[in-house]
Amino acid sequence: MLAYILRRVFYAVPILIGVNLITFFLFFVVNSPDDMARMHLGMKRVTPEAVDKWKQERGYDKPLLLNRAEDGARSVTNTIFFEKSVSLFAFRFGSSDAGRDIGYDISQRMWPSLAIAIPVFIVGILVNITFALLIAFFRATYIDYWGVFLCVVLMSISSLFYIIGGQYLVGKLLHLVPISGYDDGFDAVSFVILPVIVGIIGGIGAGTRWYRTIFLEEIGRDYVRTARAKGLSEPQVMFGHVLRNALIPIMTGAVAILPLLFMGSLILESFFGIPGLGSYTIDAISSQDFAIVRAMVFLGSALYIVGLILTDISYTLVDPRIRLA
Amino acid sequence: MSDKLLSVQGLQTCFQTGGGTVRAVDGVDFDIHSGETFALLGESGCGKSMTALSILRLVPQPAGRITAGKVLLDGQDLLALPEHAMRDVRGKRIAMIFQEPMTSLNPVLTIGMQIGETVERHLGLRGKALRDRVIALLDDVGIPDPAQRYGEYPHQLSGGMKQRVMIAIALAGEPQLLIADEPTTALDVTIQAQILDLLRKLQRERGMAMLLITHDLGVVAGIADRVAVMYAGHIVEQADRAAFFADPKHPYSRKLFESLPTMGKRDRQLAVIKGSVPSLAREFRACRFEDRCDFAWQTCRDTAPRWLAVGPEHHARCHLNDPDIAKPAPRAAAPAPAIQQAPRATAGDVLVDINDLQVFFPIHKGLFKRTAGHVRAVDGVSLQLRVGRTLALVGESGCGKTTAGKGLLQLIRPTAGTVHYRGNDLTQIGARRMRPYRADLQIIFQDPYSSMNPRMMVADIIEEGMLAQRIGRTDVERQARIDELLTQVGLSPEAKRRYPHEFSGGQRQRICIARALAVNPKLIVCDEPTSALDVSVQAQILNLLKRLQAELGLSYLFITHNLAVVEYLADEVAVMYLGRIVERGTVADVMQNPCHPYTQALLSAIPKIDTATGREIIKLEGDLPSPSNPPRGCHFHPRCPMAMEVCRGNYPERTTLSDTHTTHCYLYR
Amino acid sequence: MLALIALAGVAVVGMIALRGVKPVFLWTDVLIYLLVLVIAGVVIYSRQHEHLRAPWRRVWRSRAGMAALVVLGAYVLVGLLDSIHFREPLPPVDRSESSGHSVEVLSVFDKLAEPLRLRVEKTYSAPLAAQLYAREMQELPDGTQQRVYPRLQYGGAHLNDPETERSADIVVTASAGLMKGLGIAVLVSLAIVMLLARHYRTTPASALGRIMRAQTAMAWHVVLLTLAIILVGTMVLIELSGKYHVFGTDKVGQDVLYQTLKSIRTGLVIGTLTTLIMLPFAISLGVMAGYFRGWIDDVIQYIYTTLNSIPGVLLIAASILALQVYMANHPEAFETVADRADARLLFLCMILGITSWTGLCRLLRGESLKLRELDYLQAAAAFGVSHARILSRHILPNVMHIVLIIVVLDFSGLVLAEAVLSYVGVGVDPSMISWGNMINSARLEMAREPIVWWSLAAAFVFMFILVLAANVFSDAVRDAFDPRLRAN
Repeated sequence: MLAYILRRVFYAVPILIGVNLITFFLFFVVNSPDDMARMHLGMKRVTPEAVDKWKQERGYDKPLLLNRAEDGARSVTNTIFFEKSVSLFAFRFGSSDAGRDIGYDISQRMWPSLAIAIPVFIVGILVNITFALLIAFFRATYIDYWGVFLCVVLMSISSLFYIIGGQYLVGKLLHLVPISGYDDGFDAVSFVILPVIVGIIGGIGAGTRWYRTIFLEEIGRDYVRTARAKGLSEPQVMFGHVLRNALIPIMTGAVAILPLLFMGSLILESFFGIPGLGSYTIDAISSQDFAIVRAMVFLGSALYIVGLILTDISYTLVDPRIRLA
Repeated sequence: MSDKLLSVQGLQTCFQTGGGTVRAVDGVDFDIHSGETFALLGESGCGKSMTALSILRLVPQPAGRITAGKVLLDGQDLLALPEHAMRDVRGKRIAMIFQEPMTSLNPVLTIGMQIGETVERHLGLRGKALRDRVIALLDDVGIPDPAQRYGEYPHQLSGGMKQRVMIAIALAGEPQLLIADEPTTALDVTIQAQILDLLRKLQRERGMAMLLITHDLGVVAGIADRVAVMYAGHIVEQADRAAFFADPKHPYSRKLFESLPTMGKRDRQLAVIKGSVPSLAREFRACRFEDRCDFAWQTCRDTAPRWLAVGPEHHARCHLNDPDIAKPAPRAAAPAPAIQQAPRATAGDVLVDINDLQVFFPIHKGLFKRTAGHVRAVDGVSLQLRVGRTLALVGESGCGKTTAGKGLLQLIRPTAGTVHYRGNDLTQIGARRMRPYRADLQIIFQDPYSSMNPRMMVADIIEEGMLAQRIGRTDVERQARIDELLTQVGLSPEAKRRYPHEFSGGQRQRICIARALAVNPKLIVCDEPTSALDVSVQAQILNLLKRLQAELGLSYLFITHNLAVVEYLADEVAVMYLGRIVERGTVADVMQNPCHPYTQALLSAIPKIDTATGREIIKLEGDLPSPSNPPRGCHFHPRCPMAMEVCRGNYPERTTLSDTHTTHCYLYR
Repeated sequence: MLALIALAGVAVVGMIALRGVKPVFLWTDVLIYLLVLVIAGVVIYSRQHEHLRAPWRRVWRSRAGMAALVVLGAYVLVGLLDSIHFREPLPPVDRSESSGHSVEVLSVFDKLAEPLRLRVEKTYSAPLAAQLYAREMQELPDGTQQRVYPRLQYGGAHLNDPETERSADIVVTASAGLMKGLGIAVLVSLAIVMLLARHYRTTPASALGRIMRAQTAMAWHVVLLTLAIILVGTMVLIELSGKYHVFGTDKVGQDVLYQTLKSIRTGLVIGTLTTLIMLPFAISLGVMAGYFRGWIDDVIQYIYTTLNSIPGVLLIAASILALQVYMANHPEAFETVADRADARLLFLCMILGITSWTGLCRLLRGESLKLRELDYLQAAAAFGVSHARILSRHILPNVMHIVLIIVVLDFSGLVLAEAVLSYVGVGVDPSMISWGNMINSARLEMAREPIVWWSLAAAFVFMFILVLAANVFSDAVRDAFDPRLRAN
């Protein structure tokens, strides 16, 4: 087991290197730091001095890959590639183009993100399992047919609509909770509740339909027939046998995205004005702060790989058939 | 045995499919008395499993529906019970075990929980009492270390052990009737013997009635008190065992006996039932067997035969037995034609010489996936295949026989050893130089469903090999050859414009044979070509293979676990156990004078239909060990009834018993 | 097919009518034509292969699937009309020579919807309104100034007194549209019934009977019903939009109906071209990884795990940001605004393709792994059939159903993604009309009192209908093509 985890961590290194190369290519090779500087300073009438100053302030004035002005190891380390890309491996994110410490920002902003993402995640899964069980229980009836159709309808609605609709209905018409904003501590609840509800409802369609397929697949298996031949009632069969097996793909699928909850939800947070990592990313994109985008790309990839490893580990926990070697 | 425990009357079960309503069970009547074993015998698709599921009302919903009939258990109609009352019957009064022990157990629950569930449901035990009861049940079904096995999961058990767990689940409610749906079909012959023995013993001890559903006459002969033969959704003959085996009355039953391959029929063709099972989607007015029956006449085509007594406790559904119907003059059944073996100058010469063939699969372990060991699938096999002859490679599943066949063809590259063919060692030449030899060495597979690309027409399937081997210069030439091949394997040339799914299993196997023949092979590796087929269809394929050998001088490497087929078809036999050949010889040597204890056990374990001879079954303990970690010394010694101290030391050398007969066993050193 | 013929006809007529125009082939246009060719090829190929024809027949039988297909057809028609671009000649300065072409790139659809496009109001107006949504200072005839809701320049301009006449006029106009729509629907249905009757070799009456009793191989009754609903709806819209702004106008007074219709092409392009771009990679890499295994498999798995590990939105954002910088620094590469918007759209499709091919690739790899162990592949190997032939004859045809299912399934997700990406600011060019941009600009108006809701509503409704139709259709396709589901 430990050997397995170590090997997976070891395998993650080339992937992270790949991610780093891609971002390096996108941000420094396709466009030179000069381009970026001009873009930020406004396209017209930018003096070369202003460009140089902008670059120097942010450490973009070094050579890309090899610094011929330096000797020995410094010729490699004192470059943009090393300082901006390689240092990410040590989770040193540096400072944003606007001069803020990215690492600090992330550590501050992950909590509001989690305050929304975790309830959405947990309650969402429970709600979806409940609905899917219900539909699967009434399989091949009209309840099933229309239930699936309703799921398809819910899936076909843009997530933006859920957000705007929710904001309008709950916040503006009913005046139950504030439309947007955030507060620390317990006061956060009133700010968080609406985005959480919207997030859950937005996921019901796809989630329920997917889980239903899993349940139906399990219901068709031979061991279900064995369970019925034992004289078990339909709820006993459903909860004692079908659900146990169906939870394997559901749980492992959920674990895979668990680490990515840190990243927050881009549009939910930005619409509701939650100061989490999702809105952080959006703000960075709209203000074209490449340092933050780069950091978030790396963070996301690392979390994705953690998710992969967690998935494999969770398999061994929930499925007795699988042991890692 | 007078009290009726279960009485099935006019049972009818229908299925709604895309092609219309299928009457899977269409008017089935039979009674089962307390304590007896009643066998329902029939080929695939005759409705026997659906009959069993209908009794328990477990027909797959919503496609299937029981449309008529009664199922009386102690006089109470099960079909009229409300669902909750039916649940008290299932598992408590009637229990069932299924064909596939691999999939019939819940993979994520321990076997203790799965058995305990039934005990709790029907006996109301809890806690320690429950656990003790489950362990006692595990002990009853012959599972060693029951207390330890209690907490294990199904995947940790072998197939035979899983079937024992299934039996334990069935016994848990102490049922009056046990329905066993092909309980041994998925198991190896030595394991099958164990399980049948167990069922027989449990039934005797508990005075339980058993409904045994099977396609295997041998199993019926070994265990049943009474037999009913099912065909196309209803029962065509019913009798007690002795009467049935002594004198089957229905032409279908008789054909089943005649189509069994045996030693005695070696130089004759097997009897076959022409055509195939009729579709149950149509409605029957006349005899359902009429179009396949050798005796059918006009009456058979017009009216359905009555259910007639043809002896004490013996009924059949055939006009031949009806005294009120005038019968045409009996046609003398033509004796099965003898096979003309064209003697050839080269027959008997060595065609392929396999020497010390090894096929290992690496096992990766640890941080860097180092190769930590090998699965020794084939571990030093030497064989000589002779021109125009059949060598049977016999063994249970997992012994490496299929891998050996594929290693010979270089479909799997061998780890070591040589395969000499036409002066070349095939293991040493590259894919390019191998290509011309591929035409000479062909293969037929077990599963006729996965051996043809479902997206290709029959003509394209057969043409593929010809194109790859550049046989036939023009399209016209190739098409003519395809027509010829299809005729040769007994299909009409029209078949070539159709897709594989339009054919039955037997027909598909014929197409596969035609595909192999298309490149004019010298040797065909037949990998269990009849295992997936019904007895009557198996006979067709065996006849075809035998005829082609006589006509074309083909050599066969016939890989099988079915020793009856070996007796009928093979010239030489090699018995394989855990990657090695334990005994080799002519068919007479091995089948009539088996020397290795494993061969002896294997032979004795085959259920035989001639129960008169007092055979004793040599029971093998335990399961096949893992080929990744074979036992030290003789691989067989942990299961061998005659194991000696020396067997634990080294693998035994070859002992030559006669010119043709060799074995690896210390008994003969 | 009918839609294609109709489209070709319209195009030819259009080109003749607009003599002197300079055809413009945007990159996405060319790819759309290519896509149409590919689809035509798939149709022809499917007709010849029973294993594809049989599942399609199941799709044709599915009532929900056929209704969805007709709706999709209507969207596709608009999208295709909007994909034939040209530049109009400028009015000649003097008679002897032409003076070149306008820089404005128009499509056939623009030309057909010219009234909608050109009748621009001052600012917001509500759906079917006759007055602006904002009060303005106006000088009354008596010289005093007053804040009033001024009349619209075009919407309801024919009315003397909107207060009293508008409702009645709307009902009358809509009814006229309804009648016209019904008439056309009846004519179209009759034509189809006649054609079917010839196909079945019966009388039209008996063909009609068969359609009504749902005894045709294709769910024609649903097709005709859906077609009728769409035709009636279209005619009502056409009638009303001749006199009013049916969905109101936006901040700069543009007709919202025109914008939603223009958005269709954007949505379709994103949903289809993305797949078209990614398919070759996904198929070839996935199949190769599964079939060859070994180091080829390792490399391909590494590539897709790496790409997959980058959060999709961030990869798109990073790429689009890089593109923006590039475009800002190389303005000379793009001749017109349309050119630039189109390049960005295409780039967005490509980058979406890069983030979305991994799922299909992984599925195909898994399936090929399973297939390569099957007996018929072993049989082919036993004949010495080459790898290329095994891949093309055995593996590819047996994974095509997965490709089809995924292509149809991905479409709706991509259409929805466009809206989200445009909201985030990394979607299509701000100058390009799309549902995402409509929502993005309209959501700022949510704070207004009273609320301006029509832009949002129109965008959501049109997007919803398209995505719902695509989802329902993809369900029908999956039911028909996925053998595992059919076993249940």
